[in-house]
Amino acid sequence: MTFRTPTGGSIDRNTLLRFTFDGRAYTGHPGDTLASALLAHGVHEIGRSVKLGRPRGVVAAGSEDPTSLVQVETPFSEPMLLATTVELYDGLEARGLSGQGRLSTEPDPARYDAKHEHCDVLVVGAGPAGLVAALTAARSGARVVLADEQNRAGGALLGVDEYLDDRPSAEWVADVVAELKSTPGVLVLERTTAFGMYQDGFVLALQKRTDHLGFAAPATAARQRVWRIRTRRTVLATGAHERPVVFAGNDRPGIMLASSARTFLHRYGVLPGSRAVVFTTNDSAYCAAIDLAESGVDIALVVDARPEAPARLAAECAARGVEVRAGHVVTGTGGAGRVTGAHVAPLGGAPGYPDSVVCDTVLVSGGWNPVVGLFSQARGRLRYDAGLGAFVPGEELPSVAVAGAATGELDLTACARQGRNAGAAAAAAAGFPSGGQVALPVSDSRCTARSGLVLWRVPGDEATSFVDLQRDATVSDVLRATGTGLRSLEHIKRYTTIGTAHDQGKTSGMIAAGIVAEALGVELAEQRPTTFRPPFTPVSFAALAGRDRGELHDPVRVTALHPWHVARGALFEDVGQWKRPRYYPEDGEDLHAAVLRECKATRQSVGMMDGSTLGKIDVQGADAGEFLDMLYTNVMSTLKVGRIRYGVMCGLDGMVMDDGTVIRVAEQRYVVTTTTGNAAKVLDWMEEWLQTEWPHLDVHCTSVTEHWATIPLVGPRSRDVLAAVAPGLDVSNEAFEFMTWRDTAVAGVPARVCRISFSGELAYEINVTAWHGIAVWEALMAAGEEYGITPYGTETMHVLRAEKGYPIIGQETDATVTPQDLGMAWAVSKKKADFIGKRSFARAENNRPDRKQLVGLLPVDPSVLLPEGSQVVETDRVPQPPVRMLGHVTSSYPSAALGRTFALALVRSGRERIGETVYVPVEDSLVPVTVTESVLYDKEGARRDG
Amino acid sequence: MQLIPCPWCGPREEAEFHYGGQAHVAYPEDPSALTDEEWARYLFFRDNPSGPFAERWSHSAGCRRWFNAVRDTRTHDLLAVYRVGEPMPEVTP
Amino acid sequence: MSSSAQPPGAHLPEHPDFLWDDTEPKASYDVVVVGGGGHGLATAYYLAKVHGITNVAVLEKGWLAGGNMARNTTIIRSNYLWDESSGIYEHSLKLWEGLEDDLGYPVLFDQRGVLNLAHSLQDVRDGVRRVNANRLNGIDAEWLDPAGVEEICPIVNTSPDVRHPVLGATYQPRAGIAKHDHVAWGYARAAHAMGVDLVQDCEVTGLETAGGRISAVRTSRGRILAGKVALCAAGHSSVLAKMAGLRLPLASHPLQALVSELLEPVHPTVVMSNAVHVYVSQAHKGELVMGAGIDSYNGYGQRGSFHVIEQQMSAALELFPVFARAHLLRTWAGIVDVSPDASPIVGLTPVAGLYLNCGWGTGGFKATPGVGHCFAHTVANDEPHPFNAPFTLERFTTGALVDEHGAAAVAH
Repeated sequence: MTFRTPTGGSIDRNTLLRFTFDGRAYTGHPGDTLASALLAHGVHEIGRSVKLGRPRGVVAAGSEDPTSLVQVETPFSEPMLLATTVELYDGLEARGLSGQGRLSTEPDPARYDAKHEHCDVLVVGAGPAGLVAALTAARSGARVVLADEQNRAGGALLGVDEYLDDRPSAEWVADVVAELKSTPGVLVLERTTAFGMYQDGFVLALQKRTDHLGFAAPATAARQRVWRIRTRRTVLATGAHERPVVFAGNDRPGIMLASSARTFLHRYGVLPGSRAVVFTTNDSAYCAAIDLAESGVDIALVVDARPEAPARLAAECAARGVEVRAGHVVTGTGGAGRVTGAHVAPLGGAPGYPDSVVCDTVLVSGGWNPVVGLFSQARGRLRYDAGLGAFVPGEELPSVAVAGAATGELDLTACARQGRNAGAAAAAAAGFPSGGQVALPVSDSRCTARSGLVLWRVPGDEATSFVDLQRDATVSDVLRATGTGLRSLEHIKRYTTIGTAHDQGKTSGMIAAGIVAEALGVELAEQRPTTFRPPFTPVSFAALAGRDRGELHDPVRVTALHPWHVARGALFEDVGQWKRPRYYPEDGEDLHAAVLRECKATRQSVGMMDGSTLGKIDVQGADAGEFLDMLYTNVMSTLKVGRIRYGVMCGLDGMVMDDGTVIRVAEQRYVVTTTTGNAAKVLDWMEEWLQTEWPHLDVHCTSVTEHWATIPLVGPRSRDVLAAVAPGLDVSNEAFEFMTWRDTAVAGVPARVCRISFSGELAYEINVTAWHGIAVWEALMAAGEEYGITPYGTETMHVLRAEKGYPIIGQETDATVTPQDLGMAWAVSKKKADFIGKRSFARAENNRPDRKQLVGLLPVDPSVLLPEGSQVVETDRVPQPPVRMLGHVTSSYPSAALGRTFALALVRSGRERIGETVYVPVEDSLVPVTVTESVLYDKEGARRDG
Repeated sequence: MQLIPCPWCGPREEAEFHYGGQAHVAYPEDPSALTDEEWARYLFFRDNPSGPFAERWSHSAGCRRWFNAVRDTRTHDLLAVYRVGEPMPEVTP
Repeated sequence: MSSSAQPPGAHLPEHPDFLWDDTEPKASYDVVVVGGGGHGLATAYYLAKVHGITNVAVLEKGWLAGGNMARNTTIIRSNYLWDESSGIYEHSLKLWEGLEDDLGYPVLFDQRGVLNLAHSLQDVRDGVRRVNANRLNGIDAEWLDPAGVEEICPIVNTSPDVRHPVLGATYQPRAGIAKHDHVAWGYARAAHAMGVDLVQDCEVTGLETAGGRISAVRTSRGRILAGKVALCAAGHSSVLAKMAGLRLPLASHPLQALVSELLEPVHPTVVMSNAVHVYVSQAHKGELVMGAGIDSYNGYGQRGSFHVIEQQMSAALELFPVFARAHLLRTWAGIVDVSPDASPIVGLTPVAGLYLNCGWGTGGFKATPGVGHCFAHTVANDEPHPFNAPFTLERFTTGALVDEHGAAAVAH
């Protein structure tokens, strides 16, 4: 049996769409939602309730529906969508849910993106008020964005057959939209839900761009887009949601909001059933009764809770053979699945048996709730309107206006007037004077929703009187909550879980508040409504992540030499955002084999690495020396031009923050290097001090990290290699001393060569502009070939420096380590009056004798490699926890040069313990290790000069 | 996301900025003359009012300049911005 | 762990039929606890239960447990690096393990374990270091390689080809989640049953001292004499302390969190990632619960900035591609009071009879039983319990910080 009307509705009846629901095949038309297509086939049972497993149907026609949850399986599985908001497409497969969806384990193939939009006036909602607001603002010349969640403009007009100014309302809507779309600077966004109101006119909206196309969606188009709208003024024309009345057995499929039934009729050409009872507290449901009666639905009865039915509407009903029973309510329903009958009795009347009316549909209207979620998100205060029985905007906000049914106004012309006023005011506030009055439409509607009775629930079986149909929360639950002593709505919401489901209480929240107020015997006006939180409707994680996935989640930085490393088969390590070669395996080598080879080659002959990721900051100005004296623990102002000094930087707390070399390029110019990970942090640090504390200093800082390709050339034969490629440079030890630099040409390219060493070996750091990096690198490889020059990665660098006891910031340090702890008191000036961190060195904690100090550890068994991160303990037996820990292993390697393993560690009173045996728990054993000084290789520094 | 009026660039998205905590906490003239308590106060103790708060921001993804702002920490509304070295303006929250 | 055979939520135990009576404040109390969140309620509970001090009021300016307690992601773990931290958090975890029986309330403590992922070689070193320290401190901890991570949580993307590959993880099997309302209400109900007054809608507007000693609390519901005052006001600690002339090393920041709709069980544990900036679990009823870093600025507005949520989503999908079509259902923000070393301040103050419990930043929930127990001891005896003794205000002067940024910088 079909419930599709022979004509009418905004559907394309000439086109058939095939879909399946719960495995059964159905058809529908373009313009349908999944819900309307199912209802057209008489399918009302969509899923089961989350706790009790009771059947659940379709309650509302739009995004406020609490129950029609489905899992859409094609073209890609997505959980927890409302059948009422899924536009039908050919090949749609869906199944009903029991309040819980399922995530696909397949990767989501869809694209998502985000777009920024700036406007003068944002109008949310394209119903009568929103359309008039947008058009009024548009005519003023303001940049206007009109966003609406539906696939077409019209709002509440989409669900009625009213005439505006003697023509179908759709024509009026079409005219307004056409003018808007043809006005420059106006953006009309359909299928776009404004879901978040943030500060300073920042509004988030989600546009569903291709969902409705199903399999026909182009793969290259973003499926959904987050609009990040920054607007001067916002007009919220978000309308109102009809709310039900709670009664026993009110959860059966076939029980639907009256206006939603009307929407299914007029928008989709679908009848909700064959025989309906209409239960209302106000006028608006009469229109549903009349329209459905005219469309062939047998309206068994209109039950009006008010003592008297509205005479004119009652007469219209009578003219159509529809009985109206005033002062009555629906007290219960029957039916195993779908509703099969309604019990009708006088409201508050004498006890007695109710009338049972056979029906397959109960249409309910308990009045209207203005949609105030976005207003509330904007921190607008709400006020209880006792006439309406709803919370309404209770104050004017500086840049957010509310118009139309969202204010509680339900007359169309009045709504449109509010829209016009709001649109004009918003445009004027944004600097656009009025540009032509928009005529207000007048409706021929028979029904208004005013003059309603506020009725939250009909007394009856509380355990089957559902307040939140999605959470299975009943009047019993509410009364149980109020009986525990809870008074606050927030507590009761949590106790009962009302309003916490998928729909966030759009239809249930107000009713729950009303029932609670009744139970507690307090005025609703005194109750604080629960907070509306973003998003207005659910938004997929993927849409919010947008394009920031994979490589774009976090940019990858590579050096100018990167392609060479890749071609050479390097394995990389992530250091901050940088990719750094970790080692270059040859012939199936593992890490250890490769590193031993690279270390050996470098110590015995020559190796080189890519040091380009080290941060480089050009520091210039008359006061650059004075400035660096404050930042570094040692003195930089006395550094002579042409020379280089190692420096340590501390935070104000005296803890090591960074280290690196400082070269003096000219009297008023230094270039400082930072660790790879801290380059940005150090530049920020410098600029902060310069701008906020010492603006009088003449100093300017610029990051030059990416200008340079930096190549440390390391090992006893490095001088020979350099000499071969830098014929103009006197590379002798006398002419080119340690800790000096020279500008010269390397491989024909202008280069700055620094004689510094992070390995203890004779070494040169060759800096050339990044463009020439690969050419110079290759020239060095060629020149070094006869010495077996070996490219090495960060792991070998770490071993070489560790053998010399040089710490790595972030590995040997963890923001609790001072330069003194690292054995670097020599790098801390005693002469300078002050530098950052100095004062903190004098604190009590910094002078404890048992501070952790950097030492070397040699396992007694020279083949045992201590895992980095191991703890160090004092005794050869592990006592019961908590065990006193002396410190931990920061670095640990097998050493080719030492012919054994070794480690660096931070150990309490470490320097006093040199020579002692301590223990390192590894798995279930204790490894004895000897504490040594941190420098283990070439303690005399004999190799530095080659 | 707040719209922050950089005094050099004009209003820009919050994501372009870096927060710097309380403003007008000067580095001591002579830290060595301070007691440990006084030094700790400079290092760690900051006003944390619920209401107008003079604080520092850096337009780190823009002009990279530091500036000061008075912001109401209850509403997060920016009440005034001013350049480093300028006195804190009178504001009414 | 949730069973997929059951409808979601069906297995959640009901709350009891009686919780507590709303109380008018009396004129005077032996102890006034300011702040009716988890910490305040737990402190009152242990004052009554352990120390027999029942002439106690808990003053709450809104509704009980409506602040951070209502807004947190309920992660419970004790795998902190430093001895001081692991001491108090492990004490807390042990109390969690017996809390349901102790309170006679289903707090739904579910020991599903926590993974802290490592994405760089330094993360690995730090993680191994923490595991080793934890074990020596008697805390269950394991180091897992990527295959081990996948075994515990199959939906984590352990492919080496992603932007931030998972190189391993620390795992604490005894860690888990609980149900925050149940915890708070359990404490409230039990404290109330022992005679503690729970006073809601009662905002503290002033603290009075006499002769260097706390004497009374001024509130929106009148002046209340107090023998001792215990501050448990999280984000508002600075504002309250200022009423007694104290300045604290705290900054109050927005911290946002979010949930999805209900989903079939997919995520069996708790996953935290420092480098990718996200932490996520699947709560008892099936919703994904997620948080990230704090918003950068000071703020009492209980709202954050949306780009923080967007970044969080991006991070979440890096780790959990299966979350792509989950939906953000609700976001919110709390106010966290962050100290310079990311460790709490719990103890005495220069004002006699005034006690401080603050600075928990993002980590306060897990400490609820532990700090309630220790803070009650501190208040009752006027001296710190050994577990909170390291967390003095003085440490900022001496430099004896408990810096949990370095190795455990993950929020929570």
